[in-house]
Amino acid sequence: MLLALVMSGFLAALAAPVLYHFVPGWAGRLCPLLPLALFACLLTVAGQVSAGTPLVFSLPWIPSLGVSFSLYLDGLGLLFALLVTGIGFLVFLYTPAYLDDDPRLGRLSAWLFAFMGAMLGTVMAGNLMTMFVFWELTGLCSYILIGFDHEQEESRRAALQALLVTGGGGLALLAGFILLGNIGGTMELAELLLRGDAVRAHPLYLPALLLVLAGAFTKSAQFPFHFWLPSAMAAPTPISAYLHSATMVKLGVFLLARLTPILGGSEAWLWQVSGVGAVTMLTGALLAVKEHDLKRILAWSTVSSLGSMILLLGIGTPGTVIAVMTFLLTHALYKSSLFLTVGAIDHVAGSRDIRQLGGLASGMPWLAVAGILGAFSMAGLPPLLGFISKEIVYSATLQSNMLPQILSGLFLAGNALMVTVAVMAGVGPFFGRKPDTPLHPHGLSPLLWLSPLIPALFGLLFGLFPGSATSFLIEPAVRAVSSPSVNVSLALWHGLNMELLLSIITLALGLGVVLFRRRLIALLPSSSDGFRYGPSGWYRLLLDGVPIVARLQTRFVQDGRLRHYLMISIGVAMGLMGLTFLQSGGLPGDLPFPTGYLHEWLTAGIIVAGAVTVTLTDSRLGAVAALGTVGYGVSLVYILYGAPDLAMTQFCIETLSIVLFVLVLYRLPLFTLLSTPAVRLRDAAMATAIGGLMMLLMLYVISQPLVPHVSEFFLANSLSLAHGRNVVNVILVDFRALDTLGEITVLAVAAVGVFGLLKYRSAGGNEP
Amino acid sequence: MSSVILSTAIRLLLPLLLLFSVFLLLRGHNEPGGGFVGGLVAAAAIALYALAEGAGAARRLLKLDPRSLIAFGLALALTSGMIPLLFGQPLLTGLWLPFPLPVLGHVGTPLLFDVGVYLLVAGMALLIVLSLMEE
Repeated sequence: MLLALVMSGFLAALAAPVLYHFVPGWAGRLCPLLPLALFACLLTVAGQVSAGTPLVFSLPWIPSLGVSFSLYLDGLGLLFALLVTGIGFLVFLYTPAYLDDDPRLGRLSAWLFAFMGAMLGTVMAGNLMTMFVFWELTGLCSYILIGFDHEQEESRRAALQALLVTGGGGLALLAGFILLGNIGGTMELAELLLRGDAVRAHPLYLPALLLVLAGAFTKSAQFPFHFWLPSAMAAPTPISAYLHSATMVKLGVFLLARLTPILGGSEAWLWQVSGVGAVTMLTGALLAVKEHDLKRILAWSTVSSLGSMILLLGIGTPGTVIAVMTFLLTHALYKSSLFLTVGAIDHVAGSRDIRQLGGLASGMPWLAVAGILGAFSMAGLPPLLGFISKEIVYSATLQSNMLPQILSGLFLAGNALMVTVAVMAGVGPFFGRKPDTPLHPHGLSPLLWLSPLIPALFGLLFGLFPGSATSFLIEPAVRAVSSPSVNVSLALWHGLNMELLLSIITLALGLGVVLFRRRLIALLPSSSDGFRYGPSGWYRLLLDGVPIVARLQTRFVQDGRLRHYLMISIGVAMGLMGLTFLQSGGLPGDLPFPTGYLHEWLTAGIIVAGAVTVTLTDSRLGAVAALGTVGYGVSLVYILYGAPDLAMTQFCIETLSIVLFVLVLYRLPLFTLLSTPAVRLRDAAMATAIGGLMMLLMLYVISQPLVPHVSEFFLANSLSLAHGRNVVNVILVDFRALDTLGEITVLAVAAVGVFGLLKYRSAGGNEP
Repeated sequence: MSSVILSTAIRLLLPLLLLFSVFLLLRGHNEPGGGFVGGLVAAAAIALYALAEGAGAARRLLKLDPRSLIAFGLALALTSGMIPLLFGQPLLTGLWLPFPLPVLGHVGTPLLFDVGVYLLVAGMALLIVLSLMEE
């Protein structure tokens, strides 16, 4: 069941393009059915999961490393899975209308399905490695979906930025997971969840925590990695709504919530998680107020909301966990509704600039209802869920045992700015005068207003009847994170208390900021400064720096002269081998005096004579022939010492190389002596040194006693295990076939490289 | 570079050399030989033909592009390694037919692997030789 839930997304990803190709009219109607079906499936198990018995599924994957493909669906996973499928349904409903039957819809749907599968896999993962694989898959899908308009440079740059930032965090996360698995002694989540105390007491706890946090913070766009999220708005709006506000960016929050029982509760966790969250919450909110583009406003406000969730998780009391889960649901509902509203506005009016928009309510009343409900929930007005969630947050911060006044103050500031953003994004475009927009507002497809209206209505429904949301969504999730005994009861009316007062102050402050927004913006540092000195500036510096360093290093090591390449690689090899040789204590004193038959001496003489001729001759053909002599001499040595396979191969190679040389020589200019005597002397010294060193090494090797058991194994088992009498061949194709596979792959790659170089030259390309 | 002696000789030598290369490939498991050296002999034979008759004639004789030979060889070697996976064995485990075939003798996935090596090596050498000749 769990496996089917996760894998159906990937299967649908394969099917979607086919559907769109053959039945384009129906595909758009069929696609939303899958997320809807999955949503219904999840609801059927919700009762069992909420009662505290998680669903599990496990397949062995790499048992020797403790890695298995495990799925684990508990209250926390269920909340996320319902959001993923529910909002997925809306997005699939909305996208065909938004893109006006764009021919790329098939591809887009495929990636959206794959993304949905990856998300479900991440939130239902029961093993750290399973989670990591799906986690990275979401990042990959995000990369492709941000770069959907791949013909635009901005999209490509934004996609790459998101990939590099989250992918870099992903690497840290992998390291963190491995550390965590080693500390806890298992990769299985269900077992790890019980070993929190042992993990926290371990000396490697801090590094593991920092690495995991790096993964979570990059994914959830926390300061100083917050800059990638607004750039990701280059994606089409339904994608932004799905990935970059409602689901994927919440994975960082999910991860921290998931690992709270294992990693949470320590001093380091408290300060780092809540510190980063607080900075992000305020930075995001301030940057949101400055923007004019609706999508960027919403993106920054998402950053801010994620920051507040992280901040609450950092404090980690049961009260704050309740607040996080309530706010998470609230945020997913109102933000998806606002994003989809903005998409519809963009679609009909052709603009997302708040200075160009106004008075749209008369033309599209239902869209206005969706937008305003979303905005009111965001601003925390009763009777919407947003109001309840804000009250819960305030009550959690007021009861916090750590600096309750400062915490509440921070949230007051953040929430007030959210009120401002809500008015700017959800209310402003619908009222006031009607300026000229690039497109004349035209009729709106019902799907474009229905999709944003549904989550907005859920925000209202849950606000009026909070009990329905608590019992099967919020309480199980809180119990999974905090402790099984926590009870959650939400209510619209808490009486006249401090929380209500704070809510009223928040609203007043937020509306005040709306009035004085221009003056506030003037006080903030200009965005170009932020671009130059802020984190996105560091990112650019890093991105530009890598090629510069690579260029410098290449210019130094690979200056385009073959002789220097050889010198560097031989020199390095010599240095390393010489060092090892000296460290091993040098040669033993009593080396045997060389003996041998006449024909052996003659063979050695041929090889030496060939080598000397190569260096002294002033004809290219002569040098090639002499080099061939050396090669044939060596294969003669192989024959003399009983290695016919080697000898044959060497013989063929020599023949082919001579053919190649002749083909190349044919085209080279006449031989001239270009190097000065000093350079020749240096090369001679180099050559003598490497030759001498190799000789010393060989002498050293033969002076050591032979370790026979490997070759004995091969000799003894060649016929019985591998059905062959030729041990050399058996080693190549059976015992060490993996090595051979690697080698022939290298050969193939090298051949492609040679081919490329030759064709590049003959196509008229210039040498670099 | 046309030579009557070479082009006459190669007509006789080419089939012999190619046959010899296959012979080397097949006997390699028990006697000196194998896919690597077999591939080299085959490449040398065709390179000799190319020297005598020109690269275009060699390509016509070969029919297949050397690049396809490389790809096919690598794919064959990989496939032979994957076959054991179907039987639940680790990658690249040698699997053998229980009875010997006429001419070929014992046949198993290592032989298939060696054929892959043969094709890849021959293709690689020919790719370089022919590209150089045509440049």
